[in-house]
Amino acid sequence: MRPLRDLISIEDLDPSQVLAVLDTAEQLLPIADRRRNSVPTLRGKVVCNLFLEDSTRTRISFDLAAKRLSAEVINFSAKGSSVSKGESFKDTALTLDAMGVDCVVVRSGSSGAPLQLSRYLEVPILNAGDGWHQHPTQALLDVFTMRRHLGELAGRHVVVVGDVLHSRVARSEVQALKLLGARVTLVSPPTLLPPSVASWGVEVAGELDAVLPDADVVYLLRVQRERMHRAFFPTSREYARVWGVDERRLALLPEHAIVMHPGPMNRGVEITADVADSDRAVIVEQVTNGIAVRMACLYLLLSGDADATEGSA
Amino acid sequence: MTQLLSADDLSRALKRLAHELLEANHGADGLVLVGIQTRGVPLARRLAALIRDIEGTEVPAGALDVTLYRDDLTRRGPLSLGETRVPASVDGRTVVLVDDVLYTGRTIRAAMEAVLELGRPARIRLVALVDRGHRELPIRADHVGKNLPTSAGDRIRVLVEEVDGRDEVVSEPTSESPAVREGDEA
Repeated sequence: MRPLRDLISIEDLDPSQVLAVLDTAEQLLPIADRRRNSVPTLRGKVVCNLFLEDSTRTRISFDLAAKRLSAEVINFSAKGSSVSKGESFKDTALTLDAMGVDCVVVRSGSSGAPLQLSRYLEVPILNAGDGWHQHPTQALLDVFTMRRHLGELAGRHVVVVGDVLHSRVARSEVQALKLLGARVTLVSPPTLLPPSVASWGVEVAGELDAVLPDADVVYLLRVQRERMHRAFFPTSREYARVWGVDERRLALLPEHAIVMHPGPMNRGVEITADVADSDRAVIVEQVTNGIAVRMACLYLLLSGDADATEGSA
Repeated sequence: MTQLLSADDLSRALKRLAHELLEANHGADGLVLVGIQTRGVPLARRLAALIRDIEGTEVPAGALDVTLYRDDLTRRGPLSLGETRVPASVDGRTVVLVDDVLYTGRTIRAAMEAVLELGRPARIRLVALVDRGHRELPIRADHVGKNLPTSAGDRIRVLVEEVDGRDEVVSEPTSESPAVREGDEA
């Protein structure tokens, strides 16, 4: 496997690197259930969570992942920090460098911020979501969850439903699934499909009912009301009727198929409460798996000099 | 490449180790065999099978990957993780760590830390098929298949049927630094 230096975009990974993350996460997952749920692997390393955009659940997930590997964690959020006093992004980066952090996990509302940070800093940069661009660890935890339920993903059919336009999750997800050989169908209101979708190498369907009987996974995207500054669909009620998954649509899926959602869910819009709480939904499991996958990413980025010789233990 | 132990030598050493273990433990009660990844795992399974043949008692045999407990991860590239699966509680039992080559002792230090996080064993014992010397930590094996005094410039490789397709212990000269070699064997 080519060593990981940063994790900014799924596009930068090859299939062997994706599989290395998934295989590593598989071995790290049981640590959570042990009497002492941490290992000393990254003792002495300092991980900085630089969260310039609010996200409680992703920050906590990264926080727990770093702590389970015994790294020290600094949480740096835009609110109440020097960033809110007008410090430039570059100066924030230089400050982190001067403090001697070993890795920066960055979340930003601006697409490209992690890439820019990687040009200022020598330490590994881990993208925790940037603008409309990428959310690579979400995609990796999703394919990890799918693989645990379905086995190898080559040839599997994943139906991604909803707001593709504003979704960095959808972009990352499609790229990760294609790297592993899965087939992807997007189902979305036409107003919420990006113009570039023709180049994504996926199928696009207009009607959800038609594709569900052939799906191994139905992946519901969150309706991101905070990013919608104009009307993309008439009402939430109509969205739920046309693109939401309820008991009737759940029954159209094959018996082995699973329902996924990156959270937080809008119950009653993209998913009904009874589907969200059904045993076909693996949404809570995605959260648990997210910690293991983020541990795997931190381990692979931080557990050594990337130029050192690889060997067995 | 020089052969140090043949398949027959290896088989005889394992049989003797199984008898030694049973004698030291006054039987098979309370034993849990834990093989250190990679080649310690099949060796632990073979010892469990030999104990079953001798005593008629099934002794649980598991696998331990110590990569996450190593103290040299920052000097090495990221290592792929092997499976850790210990099929019985270690609380109050005698955990027998099984490794192929005992070298610097750093792998065993890491293994002891890993076992202690799984529970509180009554005692931990160490079986090494080969002890090649050059210890960097004050660790010794309770039972050794073969003591092989070696040069620090040699690489000792234990080959086992389950992983390598044949049973053999060989020595080969290497130009790599001891720091890099240590992870392969210790």
